[in-house]
Amino acid sequence: MEEKTYVEDINRSIYDIKDESKDSYRIREGLTEEIVEKISEEKHDPEWMRAFRLKSLKIYKELQVPDWGPDISGLNMENIVTYVRPNTKMSAKWSDVPEDIKNTFERLGIPQAERESLAGVGAQYDSELVYHNVRKEVADQGVVYTDMESALTGEYADMVKEHFMKLVPPTDHKFAALHGAVWSGGSFVYVPRGVEVTIPLQSYFRLNAPGAGQFEHTLIIVDEGASLHFIEGCSAPKYNVANLHAGCVELFVKKNARLRYSTIENWSKNMYNLNTKRAAVAEGGVVEWVSGSFGSHVSYLYPMSVLNGRGARCEFTGVTFAGAGQNLDTGMKVVHNAPDTLSVVNTRSISKSGGVSTFRSSVVVTPKARGSKSAVSCQSLMVDSESRSDTIPAMDIRTDDADIGHEATIGRISDDAVFYLMSRGLSEEDARAMIVSGFAENVSKELPLEYAVEMNNLIRLEMKGSIG
Amino acid sequence: MSQELLKVEQLFVEVEKKQILHGIDLQMNAGETHVLMGPNGAGKSTLGYALMGNPKYEVPGGAAVFQGEDLLAKSTSERAQAGLFLSFQNPVEVPGVSLGSFIRSAMEQRGEKISLWNFRKAVRKQMELLQMDESYIDRDLNVGFSGGEKKKAEILQLLMLKPALAILDETDSGLDVDAVKTVSLGVEEYQKNQNGALLIITHSTRILESLHVDYTHVLVNGKIVATGDASMIEEINACGFERYIDRA
Repeated sequence: MEEKTYVEDINRSIYDIKDESKDSYRIREGLTEEIVEKISEEKHDPEWMRAFRLKSLKIYKELQVPDWGPDISGLNMENIVTYVRPNTKMSAKWSDVPEDIKNTFERLGIPQAERESLAGVGAQYDSELVYHNVRKEVADQGVVYTDMESALTGEYADMVKEHFMKLVPPTDHKFAALHGAVWSGGSFVYVPRGVEVTIPLQSYFRLNAPGAGQFEHTLIIVDEGASLHFIEGCSAPKYNVANLHAGCVELFVKKNARLRYSTIENWSKNMYNLNTKRAAVAEGGVVEWVSGSFGSHVSYLYPMSVLNGRGARCEFTGVTFAGAGQNLDTGMKVVHNAPDTLSVVNTRSISKSGGVSTFRSSVVVTPKARGSKSAVSCQSLMVDSESRSDTIPAMDIRTDDADIGHEATIGRISDDAVFYLMSRGLSEEDARAMIVSGFAENVSKELPLEYAVEMNNLIRLEMKGSIG
Repeated sequence: MSQELLKVEQLFVEVEKKQILHGIDLQMNAGETHVLMGPNGAGKSTLGYALMGNPKYEVPGGAAVFQGEDLLAKSTSERAQAGLFLSFQNPVEVPGVSLGSFIRSAMEQRGEKISLWNFRKAVRKQMELLQMDESYIDRDLNVGFSGGEKKKAEILQLLMLKPALAILDETDSGLDVDAVKTVSLGVEEYQKNQNGALLIITHSTRILESLHVDYTHVLVNGKIVATGDASMIEEINACGFERYIDRA
């Protein structure tokens, strides 16, 4: 078998292949009460969810579009289709997934990844999960991994109701409200007390329909002493109309539990990625975010950790790569809300060909959080002189007993390093790609091998034609 | 008859518009070892960088033919792929790229396909010779390496890439006695068992003690002022460069 390395040629076309759009059901564009009712009816929501959606819509109409970040005026909600149901029912058997959808995921390597290294996979195509499977041994441990719709009415309905949008309420911001009104698809995971899931679970989100929105909801509850690694992958082909992703991720990490949440996001470059992710961590619990942001036209993405119990910890490792036409505003937030809590943040941002990459961090330490520590480090790399990189740290410290550190560096690719690598036979392009991959190694070394390879491929792809 | 490997004629080199080399002539055959000596600032390293194609070193005049091809028309990577190697005086640190994966990528660039297993085996063998701890293979390229480990890593790359001509730029500088011995063992391996040609740039002679030398050149103020055999090294060792400086 040929081994993959990051000098191997790859081809972005695997992401750009569009399937003919032949969804079985498509809500018309725009957003009204009638449409939200219609979605609710289509999805056979319980009554509380119908009411929740309508309430969220009301909030959505009242809230303003954020004015402090990248421009999103290119996004006209009247033109975004909020609900597209693929022409299939969800299946637990890969062979039952329709051929064209299956081909898309095959090209992206999802079933192969599942066979080789995953405990379970959910694959969402447009608004609905089309495939969901959990390995028997994992299910036998009592681990629940299902689509959100089934979770709403199934055995864990009460648990879902108790947690759904409690961490990210619709009042949080306009797009959280939008999510509350039109959400569809996504996953529910529950890991029972003391259960260690040793191999990762994965969700893959694929938005195929042009001019559509994807609003999946991910709700993960890791009970006391349990542990889980969850991987999220996202991609979409490029269309000439704006697409919107306003998903929501809510993670509940209970006492002494551990959750790693890894994302490789490669949305197409017409996507507005306005995603909200948040974790609440109880005493002694750990949340680890591993985040690679490569795609989208505009991103607003700041995974937040609320450390609610004594000794709770958060680690955030991220890389953002903004190329031509991209304005990626990413970062993280942490709230130290209990004594002896710890946060460690290590991010890299890369900008190239006029891309704009902004790292925003917010560290809040409440008066309760005595003895807490926070270390934030952000390194930026500008590949050329037309690109832009900003670091915007904010700190709100309400106790005098806390150890808070922030460091930021910015650099360029050194000519000496390029010459050194070239003197061993690497082309200039390969040399630069290797340096950038190395720069992003903080993230790739935290990912399972196949994802690290995928990430390095994405970097290589982005670095193509970067010379001159 | 010996096969001509490198022919440099009337090579002029400028750095930031300042001329450093004023017409260098140098001829090397396959498998030969040449030593380029001279006082600090004579332009020895400049010759190495210019031959390797560092864009900061401009060549306004002259010619260099390597294995029958115009070297100056090639990019740095093409020169490397054609079989030229430069061991750096100050190897650059590249975070996030392991020494092992870097060497393997470089080998792949030369069209060498080698399985991970065989690669590891081959690297381990050469590391043993160089008394390098095996853990270095997974460490970031030159990051946090001591001066000695950096030079050993350069020679490791030399032994793995097996070029036709290696330019060693002050490979012995800054090394303690033991490290010089180890590094010259590696160079000897390349010289004898890989039949590689060497252009050894140095201003001391420590690395030369155990190596066979065919020719010695003395570079002063950007010009080669004397060429002779290995005996010149001892003579320079004893008397220094003074008598050559007048000739420049």
